Amino acid sequence: MKAESNDKDLLEGLARNDSGSIEILYKQNFAMIQSFIIQNNGSYDDARDIFQEAMMVLYEKAKDENFVLTSQIKTYVYSICRRLWLKRLQYNQKFVAPVDSIQETIPVEEEIEQKQKLDDNFEMMDVAMKSLGEPCKSLLEAYYINKKHMTEIADEFGYTNADNAKNQKYKCLMRLKKLFFAQYKNL
Amino acid sequence: MEEIVLLDAVERYLNGEMTAQEKTYFEDLRAKTPEIDQMVVEHHLFLNQLNQYGDQKQMKAKLHDIHNQLLETGEITQGEPLVIKSAKVLQLWNRHKRTIAVAASIAGITALTISGMMSYFTPKSNAEIDKLKRDMSKFEQTQKDQTRAILNINNAISKAPKDQQQRSAGTSFLIDAKGYLVTNSHVVNNAATLVVVNNGKEYYAKNVFNDPANDIAILKIDDKDFQALTSLPYSIRKSGTDLGEEIFTLGYPRNQIVYGKGYLSALSGNNDDTLSVQISVDANPGNSGGPVMDKNGDVIGILNSRQVNANGVVFANKASNIAKALSDLKEDDTTYRSVKLPVANSLKGKERTQQVKQIQNCVFMVKGYYK
Repeated sequence: MKAESNDKDLLEGLARNDSGSIEILYKQNFAMIQSFIIQNNGSYDDARDIFQEAMMVLYEKAKDENFVLTSQIKTYVYSICRRLWLKRLQYNQKFVAPVDSIQETIPVEEEIEQKQKLDDNFEMMDVAMKSLGEPCKSLLEAYYINKKHMTEIADEFGYTNADNAKNQKYKCLMRLKKLFFAQYKNL
Repeated sequence: MEEIVLLDAVERYLNGEMTAQEKTYFEDLRAKTPEIDQMVVEHHLFLNQLNQYGDQKQMKAKLHDIHNQLLETGEITQGEPLVIKSAKVLQLWNRHKRTIAVAASIAGITALTISGMMSYFTPKSNAEIDKLKRDMSKFEQTQKDQTRAILNINNAISKAPKDQQQRSAGTSFLIDAKGYLVTNSHVVNNAATLVVVNNGKEYYAKNVFNDPANDIAILKIDDKDFQALTSLPYSIRKSGTDLGEEIFTLGYPRNQIVYGKGYLSALSGNNDDTLSVQISVDANPGNSGGPVMDKNGDVIGILNSRQVNANGVVFANKASNIAKALSDLKEDDTTYRSVKLPVANSLKGKERTQQVKQIQNCVFMVKGYYK
């Protein structure tokens, strides 16, 4: 019972972006995933990538109010990592013997699908951002990602006032939008 | 410029930063102008994407930081010995990857070619199960004919019919000292003449019972030269068999009797057939119909087939099928009522060489001649 409420707290912390909770999640689960990946033809870098990807899935889920975790976080993370790693192995054409599965797993197909979509969107935005160039990229990041205030941004970027900065921001935003939606059309 | 003002309005509207008055005005405008409505929807979607992107980016950075931080404090590790070990293997692998790949593909192609040629040139080899009778090729046949011609001159006892050709060879063994043999149905199937051989002496035999479904046949030696044995040294085991039990076989994969030793590896046969068992032993064409015996020299089965694509996977009919075949035979024809399965074993506790010496007198090669 206690473990369950603990899991719940951790999920809430994760949704809030709370470093403490993330650290605990990391400490509780990473070693297990690392040994799993290493035992199945992976490297330490692979283990880190896969684990962090799984944490991203968990993060998206934690933010979703309708999400109910039906198993322990441990099982959930393991299931996702296992699935992601199998996918990666397949993608790399490394057809290895069945991946060791001592742990119990739960079906996570839906999560993997959602993750793919999220990754695609992320990738598209990332491409758009990168082709935007400076100072637009930093300006937009400061406002929309780091949620800085306009006056702060004006200071930082050397605009004479917040209104100028704001105008510049909108110009950049329109370009970003164009770049982003252009990829949509290309799909 | 106008577009920027509009965008600002949309964004403030979406963020809920408008005053009540502004909001009603904007909503009114939005309702009247589809372009503005579309712009709001589009911007809403875009801002969501941007927010998600920002969220994910921040979380990724955070996870990365925490990873490095935990590595520094030693709360997670990247086990050093494993790194060195796997690095060495990886280095070797990386260095020779190309060579290995080339070698592997050549090996693969060669293997495929050879197996392709094998399956092309070998008749019937695409069947999953190889019946272990010997099929005589035409070439062998001519050779045999010549040998036989010579033998016939020196020795008048060869009973090969002159107008017929030998096409199959297998093994059989006595189940009644009076001259009743059991073998596989596929060994004797449709043969015009059957000749059984033991210790170089040939005898005519006839097929008195044939059950192709269970691959079992009973032969009767029908030859005045044959002298009935006083008794058989082995019995037919009625009790069940045990996994891992030591077994041995005697058969005629060549013209000499050949001994083989193995173990009982599964209590069912091909495709979970409960009427047979799987044994692990070397078996070759010609072994079909031979006895499978336990360590005491009792018959536990009749060797009948092997799996082609696996090594040492051989199947044997359970000995209980012999009793069933015999009772079927008696029902069909009352003249065989006196046939009795051996019940006493005189081999128990003896050395294997002694056991084999006595058993081999009861194991016959079966030659099938066809017109």
